[in-house]
Amino acid sequence: MVKTYNRIEKIKGSIAQIRAEGVKLGELAQVKMRDGRSSLAEVISFDGDKVTLQIYTGTKGVSTGDSIRFLGKPMQVACGDALLGRVFNGSGVPMDSGPEVMSEKVEIGGPSFNPTKRIIPKRMIKTNIPLIDMFNSLVRSQKIPIFSIPGEPYNELLARIASQTDADIIILGGMGLKFDDYAFFHQYFSKTGAMEKTTMFIHLASDPVVECLLVPDMALAVAEKFAVQNKNVLCLLTDMTAFSDSLKEISISMEKVPSNRGYPGSLYSDLAARYEKAVDIEGSGSITIIAVTTMPGNDVTHPVPDNTGYITEGQFYLHGGVINPFGSLSRLKQQVMGKVTRKDHSDLANAMIRLYADAKKARDRESMGFRLSNWDQKLLAYARKFETRMMDLEVNLDIEQQLDLGWTILAECFDRHEVGLKAEWITKYGKWKGKAA
Amino acid sequence: MTTENRNATGRIVAAQGNLMTVEFDGIVRQNEVTFIKTEGQRLKGEVIEISGNLAKVQVFELTRGITCGDTVEFDGDLLTVELGPGLLKSIYDGLQNPLELVAEQAGYFLPRGVYLIPLSRTAKWDFTPTAKVGDTVERADYLGSVPEGVVTHRIMVPFTFIGKGKVKSIAPAGSYTIEQEIAVIEDEHGVAHKVTMFQRWPAKFPIRFGQRILPVEQLTTACRIIDGAFPVAKGGTFCTPGPFGAGKTVLQHQISKYAHIQGVVVVACGERAGEVVELLKEFPELDDPATGRKLIDRTCIICNTSSMPVAARESSVYIGTTIAEYYRQMGIDCLMLADSTSRWAQALREMSGRLEEIPGEEAFPAYLSSRISELYERAGVLKLKDETTGSLTIGGAVSPAGGNFEEPVTQSTLAVVGCFLGLSRGRSDARRFPAVDPLISWSKYNDRFAEFGDETTRRRIEIAKKAHRVLFAADEIGKKMSVVGEEGIGRDDMVTFLKGEFYDAVFLQQNAFDKVDTATDIARQTEQLELVEQVLDADLSFDSHDAARRFFLTLQDKVIQWNYTAKNDAAYADRKETVLKTLKGHTHG
Repeated sequence: MVKTYNRIEKIKGSIAQIRAEGVKLGELAQVKMRDGRSSLAEVISFDGDKVTLQIYTGTKGVSTGDSIRFLGKPMQVACGDALLGRVFNGSGVPMDSGPEVMSEKVEIGGPSFNPTKRIIPKRMIKTNIPLIDMFNSLVRSQKIPIFSIPGEPYNELLARIASQTDADIIILGGMGLKFDDYAFFHQYFSKTGAMEKTTMFIHLASDPVVECLLVPDMALAVAEKFAVQNKNVLCLLTDMTAFSDSLKEISISMEKVPSNRGYPGSLYSDLAARYEKAVDIEGSGSITIIAVTTMPGNDVTHPVPDNTGYITEGQFYLHGGVINPFGSLSRLKQQVMGKVTRKDHSDLANAMIRLYADAKKARDRESMGFRLSNWDQKLLAYARKFETRMMDLEVNLDIEQQLDLGWTILAECFDRHEVGLKAEWITKYGKWKGKAA
Repeated sequence: MTTENRNATGRIVAAQGNLMTVEFDGIVRQNEVTFIKTEGQRLKGEVIEISGNLAKVQVFELTRGITCGDTVEFDGDLLTVELGPGLLKSIYDGLQNPLELVAEQAGYFLPRGVYLIPLSRTAKWDFTPTAKVGDTVERADYLGSVPEGVVTHRIMVPFTFIGKGKVKSIAPAGSYTIEQEIAVIEDEHGVAHKVTMFQRWPAKFPIRFGQRILPVEQLTTACRIIDGAFPVAKGGTFCTPGPFGAGKTVLQHQISKYAHIQGVVVVACGERAGEVVELLKEFPELDDPATGRKLIDRTCIICNTSSMPVAARESSVYIGTTIAEYYRQMGIDCLMLADSTSRWAQALREMSGRLEEIPGEEAFPAYLSSRISELYERAGVLKLKDETTGSLTIGGAVSPAGGNFEEPVTQSTLAVVGCFLGLSRGRSDARRFPAVDPLISWSKYNDRFAEFGDETTRRRIEIAKKAHRVLFAADEIGKKMSVVGEEGIGRDDMVTFLKGEFYDAVFLQQNAFDKVDTATDIARQTEQLELVEQVLDADLSFDSHDAARRFFLTLQDKVIQWNYTAKNDAAYADRKETVLKTLKGHTHG
């Protein structure tokens, strides 16, 4: 049955073409190179007996006489508890000194979840970061990216969220990661003890580009397996822009018509297929995805952040070392705000953001040298308090404390009728002294 | 109706992604449905190009495992929709696969190659005949009816029936399954046709048997910025473009819940699965105030979310439209909401790319705008044979790349719709919801309603227009203020600015999370607008800009408290009185 082919007819980009019969779309092949290296490859198309393969480790050094053996199965990944504490590359080969994992394997890129079997997510994930918990609450099964630019501490934020939440399993998919960043995650998780419940799939910046594409699929296939076994999985993907750039590179080298800035027309569907793996399963576990999307040129209209924004359930803007309250949004927050948390939560958070937006305008007026009204002065004082006491990433408070702090800041800065909040909340939670007028 | 030809068969000769090249024997139709037999499964596909004895087939499923030489069966039919009682309350994927049944059979995931029958063959429906033996009928004529939840579901002569026919027999009143014969009709050539309670119709052809007339009736949505400022007509079209995070989907869900209409088809096309789940779980619980039943009873959900196969995304919109048209044919007012048409357009783009067609702007195919026009033109009011009317309103969300309305999908859509509700990031960042930007949106229906509507309607439109002028003036003043500062503008301008902000805050903005404010019926909207008018007309003067701002903030706060008060609440009248008193206290003369 197993037949070996010894003649490669065409080599280009990460693609090689041979003549073979009876191969299947998506089938894996083992390429043995003359210099002793070996790599996996995948059938991506065929035309009669002309079969096109994508070689996972790239075609550098591949010769026309290398041997190719078809394996009769698509790409699979090992899963289960044996993976915990381990690190693998994009092809699933261990990167640590541990042995190969021989446990049960699942196909990657499996079918999508039946929408009727999903449940409305309403379990809050507490991070103790006010700009997340109070203003954009994170909910189990959410998919949400951190929009940022190179140089910002997004990986640090990711690591902090991961180790402060109560996820059963953490899966880190690193794409185009610098070695230093990989080392940081490894160290941080080892230090906080999270490594015992963590599996990493790492594609380093210098690794072959095809492996970068495999990382999220490997990570999510493993996550899915854990989730149907009643585990709450937190999946961290950093950086999805590197993933998209790999898609671009491969699609251009395959001469596909690009749609926008060189990215393939399928970018939206390609990203969605990964993000949509996030799920809360009725009577079982869940997958929550927190990703990083670095925005080239800090431009949110760039195709990668733009398409991502349409797919994910909100986004956190990390800018200047703080989570920006404008634009940052958790689409699932309504499921928990005022329902799982205190009743005043939603209205209070909205009012505080509205006032902060007004304060921004007042600050513009101030910087242009205009005379400021009393109202402007109040807003400016409010903005300063809001920034130092709530926005700072160092603040580490429980959600109840965050809400109380919010009311305290409002009471320090405004009269009760100026904040546009329901009388009911003001009476019950407001920190103003004396009775309402 | 009868095809003697045997269907073609073929085999796979080449494959790339979702596109297969099939060598065939026999007769093949463009857009014919095919099944590829691979790994013991049958995968559905559609012919999209024919050349010689080679057909290009796009597969609606994951194509992993397909191998050279796999057998292909041609179905003889185009992609059809099964129409009959039982469509309402159903949840289908983009190929009309009933998702709940798939879940029963296959569990958590959607395995490929599982195609189940859309309409139950065992459920029984209470049929009452209206046609008699000997009646002359033609297609779309009513033969009888069954009650289906909130609607009277007409059983019609199949739309594929050509010419005039005679009713040879009709079943007596009773309980039947949709497969049982309920009538026999003899056509002009003397051929007898058995009629059951369901039929099939190709999704890409409109169902339109009757006379199209101008839409003049308003479709109320309980959303103030739509009904008051930019109304939509029953049988009209509207679009809601907006950048991500502006609240397109929340707005569409609001409309699907509160629109005063008999039938709703929601097409979740290439968007998040989580959003559909909200509909799936909430609609069976929510009351429909118009009928006292549950919202799901009037709703059909087509769900082809973003991770489901792209090729089926294209068909999902057509399937939804066809179902809505089918109900329109019964004299029912229907609404089809598609979220989002951009994802549908992207599916066209992907297919066009695979066919290596010459790309147009942003790689969209050159026929993009004609496809969009074709879709929206399926909306409209139909005058039916019995002089009743049925309507289909189409509302599409558009997700423009980068939030830039200049892109091809938005522009092609704007050219064909009657109402444009443009959502803006600026408004959503400022938490002004719904984030429909009143300065860029428009509706072509206002003048028509003013012409055909009653006195109250005219009055409401008049106030809204006045308020709109104030809003524009306020915007100008606001821009000036950001350059010269607040002290740089006169007191009168300041008051106009605050009046504009007031109208925006108390009427255009609406709190979807307050159980009262979330939906405002049209009578209450009129009352609110009349109150707004009093404020806009009031002659107000203040000692300082600050005093003016304080006054308006207080007034605004009081009106919002009133907005949050239910009409049957004892405090309703009092709170309105408080507002008027506050206003009087400052008015001159």
